[in-house]
Amino acid sequence: MDLVEFLVKTVTIVAVFGLTLLIAMYSTWAERKVAGFIQDRSGPNRAGWGGLLQPLADAGKMFFKEDFIPALANKWLFIAGPSLAMLTALLASAVIPFGSTFRIAGHEVALQGVESNIGILYVFGVVALGVYGIMVGGWASNNKFSLLGAIRAASQNISYEVAMGLSLIAILMMSSSLSLGEIVAQQHGMNWNIFYQPLGFIIFITCSFAECNRVPFDLPECETELVGGYHTEYGSMKLGFYLFAEYINMFISSAIISVLYFGGYNYPGMDFVYAQLVKSFGPDTGHNIATLIGTAVFFGKALFFVFFYMWVRWTIPRFRYDQLMNLGWKKLIPLAIFNIIITGAAVLFLKPVITAWLN
Amino acid sequence: MNSAVSFFYFLSFLTILSAVMVVVSRNPIHSVLYLILTFFTLSGHYILLNAQFLAAVNIIVYAGAIMVLFLFVIMFLNMKQDQEEAKTNLTKIAATIVGGTVFVILFGAYRKTAIEPFNPQTYDSQIGMIESLGHMLFRDYLLPFELASILLLVAMVGAVLLGKREIGERHF
Repeated sequence: MDLVEFLVKTVTIVAVFGLTLLIAMYSTWAERKVAGFIQDRSGPNRAGWGGLLQPLADAGKMFFKEDFIPALANKWLFIAGPSLAMLTALLASAVIPFGSTFRIAGHEVALQGVESNIGILYVFGVVALGVYGIMVGGWASNNKFSLLGAIRAASQNISYEVAMGLSLIAILMMSSSLSLGEIVAQQHGMNWNIFYQPLGFIIFITCSFAECNRVPFDLPECETELVGGYHTEYGSMKLGFYLFAEYINMFISSAIISVLYFGGYNYPGMDFVYAQLVKSFGPDTGHNIATLIGTAVFFGKALFFVFFYMWVRWTIPRFRYDQLMNLGWKKLIPLAIFNIIITGAAVLFLKPVITAWLN
Repeated sequence: MNSAVSFFYFLSFLTILSAVMVVVSRNPIHSVLYLILTFFTLSGHYILLNAQFLAAVNIIVYAGAIMVLFLFVIMFLNMKQDQEEAKTNLTKIAATIVGGTVFVILFGAYRKTAIEPFNPQTYDSQIGMIESLGHMLFRDYLLPFELASILLLVAMVGAVLLGKREIGERHF
């Protein structure tokens, strides 16, 4: 890897890191604005224009609060909990392709942290690790409610990971590649996976709601049953990290959904736009501008799903715990297996017929 | 010493340190967390060997699923502060003898095995990639693969039967 490539990769990774944090920060603001809109009130509107400085004010408050550790808590693990939650939330963005390639000084560099041939497995592994932050923090608080919240979160995450993995298998059977960059490139020209995998998409998005501990599956922090769930004992920025990690997870899972099912940086008519840009700006600059437009489209899709998370949160009431488990194990997993069988049959028998008919 | 070799030594040091800490720590929760760290460093070794699929699966299956269940059980057992049960001298001596014997057996087996020396001409660096692994599994080792999957299915059915509520049992 030479210097230009290294520099572009570094800039990409730092920019992605900063953007993830910025989007997570403004998601907290957007969440309250959306809540205000849905409940017919104005939401935050005191700090800055339209409450735009509200996240900064919240962060300031969080930082200056007393950093309190309960007397009987396990001190190191109590601090490790929120740190682990943040760490695992931020890890996943490394393999997401945010755009196609940049051409700089004769080099073609992909707008992606790491192009790996196990991209989706990496994301899945990081998602599987997300449980630890919650479990370690909940146990270290030395509080029965925290522990119960942590156990609930962990069992929920483990249960829904199974259905999530099974719904991913159908996508992998179609793309026959584990690399996220490859999966996006195959969806070029409105070949979006959502048209082939509607059932898989519904299973996947339900599971990602459960994995992010969002309403309607926010049982781990169910106030009426568990005080505050796994972060009952937390205050100041440590609580802030837990809440922040949830918003980062939301953005990352929205990005993954748009990569897997909605074509990532592909949009209708992109070949026409590309040809026009190359004609008027030359091959290098035109290509780069087209890539930037694709990246903007990608972020638009991801932000729409972030909005979808908020929309659902203020629309649907919370599930009961046994309903949650029944949905996960008895409905989503059989549905996902059914989806795999259908996909396998279609790839084997239907695809050759249709390809022959089209030619 | 090039960077890969020095990274290997650093990773090995970390692996052995965390593995020792699993045994030495008094708090079972700490033991489990060190075991998770050990799995991570082992995955690092797999990546150094260019076996990325194995590294990812090691993280997903062991660190992501099995250790979470370990943590579950230990957290429920260990609600109170750790009461160290007194171990008699007899148990300590027996444990030392058993551990030492296992070490001697492993070391003897290691001395006896003939590991082929590394040959850069015939070595295929892509052997750990998921494509070659899939070809190998579904072409050369199809029968063992299917037998293993049937074994897992039997175990799964057994677990479901054991967990099933019998008729007339109390409904929680």
